[in-house]
Amino acid sequence: MAETAPRFLPAGEAALTVEFGTTIDPLLNARVRGLDAALAASPIAGVIETVPTYRSLMIHFDPRLLSTSALIEKVARLPSEPLATESAKHWLIPVCYETTHAEDLAELANALAMTQDEIIALHQGADYQVYMYGFASGYVFLGGLPAALTISRRAKPRPPIPRGSLLIAGGQALIGHDPMPTGWYHIGRTPVATFDPEREPPCFIEVGDRLNFEAIDSTSFEALEHAAREGAPVAPRPA
Amino acid sequence: MPALRVLRAGPGTTIQDGGRFLYRRYGVTPAGPMDWQAFRTANYALGNAHDAAAIEIALGGIELCCQGNALPLAFCGGAFQWQRNGKPLPCAMRLTLQPGETLSAKPGPSGAFAYLAVAGGIATKPVLGGRATQTRAHLGGLDGRMLQAGDVLPAASPSHAPQIEAEIAAPWLSRDDTPFRVMLGPQQDYFTDDALATFFSAEFRLTHEADRMAYRFDGPKIAHAHDFNIVSDGIALGAIQVAGDGKPLVLMADHQPTGGYPKLGHVARADLGRLAQMRPGETCRFSRISVDEARNAWLQCEDAIAETQRFLRPLRREPTNEDLLRINLSSGVIDVDES
Repeated sequence: MAETAPRFLPAGEAALTVEFGTTIDPLLNARVRGLDAALAASPIAGVIETVPTYRSLMIHFDPRLLSTSALIEKVARLPSEPLATESAKHWLIPVCYETTHAEDLAELANALAMTQDEIIALHQGADYQVYMYGFASGYVFLGGLPAALTISRRAKPRPPIPRGSLLIAGGQALIGHDPMPTGWYHIGRTPVATFDPEREPPCFIEVGDRLNFEAIDSTSFEALEHAAREGAPVAPRPA
Repeated sequence: MPALRVLRAGPGTTIQDGGRFLYRRYGVTPAGPMDWQAFRTANYALGNAHDAAAIEIALGGIELCCQGNALPLAFCGGAFQWQRNGKPLPCAMRLTLQPGETLSAKPGPSGAFAYLAVAGGIATKPVLGGRATQTRAHLGGLDGRMLQAGDVLPAASPSHAPQIEAEIAAPWLSRDDTPFRVMLGPQQDYFTDDALATFFSAEFRLTHEADRMAYRFDGPKIAHAHDFNIVSDGIALGAIQVAGDGKPLVLMADHQPTGGYPKLGHVARADLGRLAQMRPGETCRFSRISVDEARNAWLQCEDAIAETQRFLRPLRREPTNEDLLRINLSSGVIDVDES
């Protein structure tokens, strides 16, 4: 399929959205990451930072140094190729699915007419790709959730989920960080901190990385979480 | 080392700098001041860098005491009621607070935020390159939280030349009710033509759902042309998001860096400080502006604010015993009979 040219959509006078499409699609995300990498390799003076999302790249810039039209011209000239994920990092993230750490699992099983074990097996068995960060610091949005686990968001947000929660809704999966109320369903917890402001960069998982989950019991969860609190890095090993 | 001790702080009062950039790709909100124009003016009145950390004071107000050495300060923003040692002050000024003196601010007739800058900036510990407080993620400021009684805010440098006390008579600090200028996009095609016409002609009222994340407005429904969900994309400051209820939501300093509702347009940065100063219940209108016009308006605005020092009007005040003592020491003689 021939690639269509991206759309350049101003988002105010200091940001530009480069839109490759409007759907969740690994090919679109590969093009987003391709442009992101091209901009990192050949920086444009005046660009402050870029934010990759499922299907577009937002470029924040300093209007003192760059106008929207000048930026569009420079970006359009930049050669960029869709970025393959083969070279990306691959992480194995420990997850505890026991009901004390999976508050909505029973509700979800009921709604999807599945057993809790079936849901866990599907969630844990899938291969994921990191599409973007969103919501708040360290919230990792993943593609690759099995279609059988598709459920629409709650009409009303549920009470705050604990730190490191695994959530699903709208056919998407994510790993959370700080507690917050959410319209998603809580199906597990990881002791791994996806965000640490003392680290540079603060997140070790990059957009484009691949990821799998590994089930752990609540005893190892607590041990790993305790170790993390004591300062020991919970190092997710490359799979 | 001069410092400010917080005697009382109402809710919503935080330390803010120019914003924490470079980490939006990891979901980190830049934060920064709600009214960047007033924030910058306070810093420039002291000769600070434009993004030096200062105190953002919300409608809860604040009361502080100077400790250590004398500390030059500047404040401006909404029309708050300021007092030094219980005596009223203009609502935008530069002064030097002596150790033991108190300074307080409470809301006045209008405005939602005031800024108090200190010479050299406030020297709390930077997190991810910034001092801006983002309470939701517990980042920056003091332990990522709002200020509270007992907090001690150190100034960055040990001593400063005393500055002439002056009122900041900057024309851009006065508020009017001209419509807020808005650039369309990126998802204006998610709205009907009638909806866009309504947005640019109707009056909107700021609701009580107004905080550092977003201001929700009430008014006629802004109808979507089709769906009101989009696959998440990036969000810039001042974006006007319209969710399923058809009410516009202007995304402010603590906005999320990505989101899944269509964005009708963006408020021009040159007007965003004035919008931030609205209080719930106040009304406004929106008008259209092109991206190029908005950029020019922003640059002109920045250039004007950079000239803040030209708008300082020295203030006469009753001399205190301390002043008299200083004059006495420096000149040697005071002839009280001639005064």
